[in-house]
Amino acid sequence: MLQITNLSASIDNKKILKGFNLKIKPGEIHAIMGPNGSGKSTLANVLTGKNGYQVEGQVLYQGKNLLKLPIEERAQKGLFMAFQYPLEIAGVNTNNFLKTSLNTVRKVRGLKELDSLDFLNLIKTKTKNLKIDEKILNRQLNVGFSGGEKKKNEILQMTILEPKLVILDETDSGLDIDAMKIVSEGVNSLRDKDRSFLIITHYQRLLDYIKPDFVHVLVDGKIAKTGCGELALELEKIGYGKMEAEG
Amino acid sequence: MKQSTINSSEEYKYGFTTDIESIRAPKGLNGDVIKFISNIKKEPRWMLEWRLKAYERLKNLKEPNWQKPKYPKIDYQDLYYYSAPKNSENKPKSLDEVDPRLIETYNKLGISLKEQEKLSGVAVDAVFDSVSVATTFKDKLTEKGIIFCPISEAIQKHPDLVKKYLGSVIPITDHYFATLNSAVFTDGSFVYIPQGVRCPMELSTYFRINASETGQFERTLIIADKGSYVSYLEGCTAPMRDENQLHAANVELVALDDAEIKYSTVQNWYPGDKDGKGGIYNFVTKRGVCRGRNSKISWTQVETGSAITWKYPSCILQGDNSIGEFYSIAITNNHQKADTGTKMIHLGKNTKSKIISKGISAGHADNTYRGLVRISSKANNSRNFTQCDSLLMGNECGAHTIPYIENKNSSSNIEHEATASKINEEQLFYCNQRGLNQEEAIGLIVNGFCKEVLQQLPMEFAVEAQKLVGISLEGSVG
Repeated sequence: MLQITNLSASIDNKKILKGFNLKIKPGEIHAIMGPNGSGKSTLANVLTGKNGYQVEGQVLYQGKNLLKLPIEERAQKGLFMAFQYPLEIAGVNTNNFLKTSLNTVRKVRGLKELDSLDFLNLIKTKTKNLKIDEKILNRQLNVGFSGGEKKKNEILQMTILEPKLVILDETDSGLDIDAMKIVSEGVNSLRDKDRSFLIITHYQRLLDYIKPDFVHVLVDGKIAKTGCGELALELEKIGYGKMEAEG
Repeated sequence: MKQSTINSSEEYKYGFTTDIESIRAPKGLNGDVIKFISNIKKEPRWMLEWRLKAYERLKNLKEPNWQKPKYPKIDYQDLYYYSAPKNSENKPKSLDEVDPRLIETYNKLGISLKEQEKLSGVAVDAVFDSVSVATTFKDKLTEKGIIFCPISEAIQKHPDLVKKYLGSVIPITDHYFATLNSAVFTDGSFVYIPQGVRCPMELSTYFRINASETGQFERTLIIADKGSYVSYLEGCTAPMRDENQLHAANVELVALDDAEIKYSTVQNWYPGDKDGKGGIYNFVTKRGVCRGRNSKISWTQVETGSAITWKYPSCILQGDNSIGEFYSIAITNNHQKADTGTKMIHLGKNTKSKIISKGISAGHADNTYRGLVRISSKANNSRNFTQCDSLLMGNECGAHTIPYIENKNSSSNIEHEATASKINEEQLFYCNQRGLNQEEAIGLIVNGFCKEVLQQLPMEFAVEAQKLVGISLEGSVG
C-alpha cells in the first residue's frame, strides 16, 4: 500500500524529517506517536502533498511515485487525511461540499455521479450510523462547529469517500470521550483487508479504541522504536523523554 | 502567495471583432453631431430639442471625481458618438433581412436571434454599437399589448409614453454622465407593460460594442403600469482593444401601483488585459422609481467585466408600502476596479429595502461597495436591511465598504452588516485533499459566497453567471 524510503523534508530550511522509513501493507493499522515537534504532522503534510516543503526520498503508494502527484490526484486515488484543524469555509454548505467532493472522486474512479436524492439517502445512512447530528449538513462547512463536530465531520467525509489509505492527524486531540468513541467507531467500521490506516497521535488514549497492528515512536524526524500495541502503553508510563535518550 | 493571472486572450472569449462596414457620426461632441444622431434616427423635433437642452446643460457640468478608481482624463472630442452597421439605415423588417454577419456575431455570443429557437423563452433586443439590430418575439408580445422595441422606434411610434416618462427618473440635469447620455444616446430598449399584464417571458437586451474609438450610450426605459409584472435581463460584451472605451448608459424604471419590475444584469464588458491595458469604462446610471403603492423594483447585477465599473442602481421608494431590492456580485481581477453599490431612498410610508452586496477581489484589483440608505421624515415604519460581504484572494487586492446612512424618521429602522474574508491556501489545500482541483475549489468557495445573489437571477442566466464567476477568477490564487 505505502512504502516510504529514506524520506527527508524541510520547511524554511529547517530539516524536520530525517531519513524516515515505513512500510504499510493493505489492511494494516499503524500508529505513529511522538513528542511535539518530532515531525508527525510534517509526515502527514508531505504524504498529502501540501505546498511549502522541500522533500527528498521515495514514497510509493500502490506501487506509484506518490510525491509526483498533485494533491487532488492523491486524494482521488484514495489517500484521505482527517485534519488536525479542519478548515472553516464560509458560504459553502457542508452537504454540498460533501456531494461535490464525492462526485469528483467517483468521476475519476469511473463511477456514476450520485444525484441529489441518491446522495441524500447515502448521507442519511452514514450520519445515522455514526450518530452524527444531520443538522451539521445544512450549516456552512465547519463554520461555528465545536471541536468535536469538526472531527466528526472529518470522519463522516472519510466514510463517504471510501479511501484506501487514511491518515488521522491527531484526530483525537481535544475530543471528549463521546466524540472519541464516535471517531473510533467510524474508523473501526471502515477496517477492511484492503484499507490501511496511519494514525498520528500524541496520546495513547485513542489506541484503547482503535487497536493498531504496529506502533512507531517518532523522535527527531526518524522512527526510534517500533512495537505492537503494548508499546503505546509503555510510552504512556515512561514518557517520550526516555525514548529520546534510547533513540 | 503566488499571484498568477488570467491569460485574457483565452479567458475573454467575447473579444473578437466583427468585420462590418459602419456609418459613423463625425468625431467629437457638438451640436452638429447631436443633430446628426437625431436626424439619422428620424426623430421628431421635440426629441432633438430635448437632446440639445441636455447638451447646453452639459457645457456647465463637470465630471464627478469623488469615486475611488481614478482614470486618465477622457477627451470627449476624440470619440465617435454614433456608429452603426451600414445597411441598418433601413431597419430590417424581419430577421431574414438582418445582415447574416450580425446574426453570426450574436450566435457566437450565445444569443440566438432566430425566432425558431422559441424554447429559450426569452425575447431579445440586440443592440450593436449605436443601433438595435433585431428584436425577437414581437408578435407574441404585441398580442398582450406589451411594447418591447428599440427606444428609437418608441420615440416615433409611442411619443406620448416616451415624452411622459423619459427623463422622469433621471432628469437631464442629473449629473455629467447622465446628461451626456441624454444629449447623445443612440439606442436601447423600450418596454411598456400595460395595466394588469404579467409579461409571459423574460425580456432581454444584449449590448455589444464593436467599433473602435466609439462610446456606447444606450438608454433604456421600462414602464410597468398598474398591477403588471416584468422580468428584464441585460447582457453585454465588447471586443478586446488596447484603448479604453466609454460606456455611459442610462436606465430608467417606473413601477406604478402594485407593479413589479425585476431587472437583472450580467455585465461582462472587456475588462482589459492582465496588465490593465484597455477595457471598458462602465459609467452607468440606473435608477428606478416605485411611483405607485405596493410597487416593487428589484435590481440584480453580476459585474465581472469592465476596466472600471462605476454605478449605483437605485430605487426611489415613493409609493407607500413599496419595496426596493439590490442584489449584487462585483468581481474584480487583475487591474480591474469597481466602485458600485446602490441608493435606497425611502419617501413613502412602510417602505422596505434590502441590499445584499458581494464583492470579490483578486490579483491587483480594487473593489468598493458604496451605498446610501436614506429614510425621509415622512417614511414612517420603513425598514432597510443591508449586508455587504467582501472576499479577498491574494495579498495585492483591496476591498472597501462605504455605507452612507441617513434616517430622519424615528419609527423607521436601518440594519447594516458587513464581513470581510479571505480565501487562503489552507482552505484550498483542504478542498484539494478532498479531491477537488484548484478551479473546482475556488468555484465552490466563490459560488457559495455568491449564492444569495445568484439565486435571484432567472434560471437561464443563473447557470451562465455561475460559469462566468468561475472563469473570471481562474488562476487568481496559486
